[in-house]
Amino acid sequence: MEKKLSEFTVGDEGTVKSVSGEGRIRRRLFDMGITPDAKIVMRKLAPLGDPMEVTVRGYELTLRKTEADCVIMTVAD
Amino acid sequence: MKIALIGNPNCGKTTLFNKLTGSTAHVGNWPGVTVEKREGLYKGLKKRTAEKIEIVDLPGIYSLSPYTPEEVVSRNFMIDEHPDLVINIVDATNLERNLYLTTQVLEADVPVMVALNMMDMVEKSGDRIDVAVLEKNLGVPVMPISALKGTGVDKMMERAISDCKPRKGVTVISDALSAEVAATLDFYESAEVSSPLFHAVKLLENDEIELQRKGAKELLEKIASDKDLEAAVVDERYKHIVSRLAVAKVKGKRDNMTKSDKIDKVLTHRVWALPIFAIILFAIFHVTFSEDFLYIGAWASLGKGLPALSELGLSEGMETFVGIFYDGAVFSPGVILFNIFDTLFSTIMDAIGGAIATEWLAGLIAEGILGGLFAVLGFLPQILMLFMWFSILEDSGYMARVAFVLDRIFRRFGLSGRSFMPMIMGFGCSVPAMINTRTLADENERTATIRVIPFFSCGAKLPILTAMAGGICAFFGVGNADLITYGMYALGVCAAVVCVLLMRNTTMKGEIPPFIMELPAYHRPQFKNLMLHLWDKTKHFVKKAFTIIFASTVIIWLFSHLNWSWHYLPDENMNDSILASIGKFIQPLFTPLGFGSQLNTYGWVFAVAALTGLIAKENVIATFGTLGACLIAMGANVGGVTGAELLGDEEGIISSVAMITATGISIPALISFIAFNMLTIPCFAACATAKGELRKGTFKWTLLFWVASSYVTSTAVYTIGAWWWTLFIWLAAVAAVVTLIVLTNKGKVKWRRRKTEQAESVQ
Repeated sequence: MEKKLSEFTVGDEGTVKSVSGEGRIRRRLFDMGITPDAKIVMRKLAPLGDPMEVTVRGYELTLRKTEADCVIMTVAD
Repeated sequence: MKIALIGNPNCGKTTLFNKLTGSTAHVGNWPGVTVEKREGLYKGLKKRTAEKIEIVDLPGIYSLSPYTPEEVVSRNFMIDEHPDLVINIVDATNLERNLYLTTQVLEADVPVMVALNMMDMVEKSGDRIDVAVLEKNLGVPVMPISALKGTGVDKMMERAISDCKPRKGVTVISDALSAEVAATLDFYESAEVSSPLFHAVKLLENDEIELQRKGAKELLEKIASDKDLEAAVVDERYKHIVSRLAVAKVKGKRDNMTKSDKIDKVLTHRVWALPIFAIILFAIFHVTFSEDFLYIGAWASLGKGLPALSELGLSEGMETFVGIFYDGAVFSPGVILFNIFDTLFSTIMDAIGGAIATEWLAGLIAEGILGGLFAVLGFLPQILMLFMWFSILEDSGYMARVAFVLDRIFRRFGLSGRSFMPMIMGFGCSVPAMINTRTLADENERTATIRVIPFFSCGAKLPILTAMAGGICAFFGVGNADLITYGMYALGVCAAVVCVLLMRNTTMKGEIPPFIMELPAYHRPQFKNLMLHLWDKTKHFVKKAFTIIFASTVIIWLFSHLNWSWHYLPDENMNDSILASIGKFIQPLFTPLGFGSQLNTYGWVFAVAALTGLIAKENVIATFGTLGACLIAMGANVGGVTGAELLGDEEGIISSVAMITATGISIPALISFIAFNMLTIPCFAACATAKGELRKGTFKWTLLFWVASSYVTSTAVYTIGAWWWTLFIWLAAVAAVVTLIVLTNKGKVKWRRRKTEQAESVQ
């Protein structure tokens, strides 16, 4: 099943299917290891509901929901 | 021989640099503490090598793409400066992402060595890394080290020196994208640039810098047709890392919940994160500045109350000693440190003051030099303490979480949580804070942040606050000095928020910058690191005191004791001095702010103080110290303060009182004076830094911005304070401006938009 990363709730996990977005943001996501087939676990939301914290490639990354919108994930049904 | 250190942010590069060179550069647990390249000489292996080995510490980067200034600095250095060796530091606890940069570094035609850092941490967590496998698959030397403990570092350097030979770049994407690489490589080889392979792959990545080359864009369009080459290249890199390189790491057994996770659970808790942050911030200021530690005095006053120092009936010596720690309430550690210095300085001053017989020389040394200098040095302990707390927070990794927690708020103002760090650093000193804005990728966000950093009242402005607030309370007998101080800090923050909002809605419109940031693991702050950092700060501060501030105080004293025909004037004729005439000349400028022409004969001292503050903010209070001493000596009506008392006056309160008495200034005007000094053009050092950090041509607008914001705010403070009904005029003016901006942004008011665009094009 496909789902945007921004729609994940705490504890959800899946693999990256594709990354869209404007050049700079897309590049930054790539550079931080969010690339096709990378496994991502959603860890938590900041107290005010945004940004979110995820585990990717063995480290903790924070990004906003608007940026997570660019990441299309595949999740197990 | 020149060796460059390159690696991800927060991978231990600076720690290694310090170990190699014996330097004391600041290390933090915040991605991107090193923002410019640093050079040093290698200290070890002296016997074996006659040749000097230069070490260059490049800023931490995740990739060699051209989106942030740090990335460009590192990239240009590696390609164009031809270092003899590039040591790529790889955080072994985070192999996959770190090796991504390695695959890019390997594409350049430079000798590369990989230093596997934090190997001790890997072993501790039960994992294992097969260094031999990694070395074989990477094709360059790999050395395991622990930069923090120093293990393996000498071995690494020995190999770096002996095993360093020229190499051609290789790329991991050549299997999957061979035709594309060949085409672009051909293009660059015929252009005869250095490291053609590096440029060739970068072009395939749709790299902005490469696309500027003539013919590059057309070539890329031809090769790519419809394919998404950028994604393909990145994909290949990570595929290669996962399948060939990261296999060297063998996972051991480990708990799912690390210590870091447990701490994080509390500190970024959904409900408690914000209150915890507020409490930590309050505690820091309380421990450093409070004169009623843990509110023991206030609690006691609910009952009988604690006796004041003078009621204790102690002997004189004992009273001085106890006075360091207690006066009706227990002092906080910061204040105790301050008092220790204070007592020490008074003793020195008394000794020196009594030993000199010549009138003008005694005046110059006691009033001019020591008065000004000690007024400044007295604040060193508290400033250092503030620095220490912020360093601990940063070093532990908490600051990164604060950015995470606060991002949602910052976004409302058109900034990202990342700009929180430079702003909070502004409470210490504007200079490092402005340099730190280089970690912000967005140019508009950077400019806006640099402009408001001086509003976060720095350590040097603290003396102004304490002295003036203390002076107000002592003279008028109203209010609470602490309250005025906190209020002024709050005013600065409010001004920053308003100004950022204003800029983001007028001259610096644009998208909100992205917030994609690594959250480093928590770790215990390194004591040695912390001490080195504080020592660095102390040196900087003391040097400043003995150079700029020293020179300024001497000049101020001379100008206030010489007339235009260069004759010495005794204190009582100060009104005829050069300084007085300069002060009187600029005085009318400050009339709307309350400390201009409406003051008595000596009113020009405020104008002079504001002017000297442009060199260094400490000068404001140093000027008061020097001029206050003259006012007292000439017997102006200063409420029975004696010269000897003034000499022991490191807080500057007595000189403020002297100023207030002699000039007849009102409370609103005094608060307006504080506000003006807090918001106006910062010190000389900060201006120079801002000029260097800002885009070309923006600096003069920034100066104008500082003058305008301080002038308007101070005028508002003064007029509202003096005539309360002017509040309504100010509110109406604010409402009008807001309406105008909103309408303009909606496109309803055309003329204004044109003007905004003009301003933008000028900038």
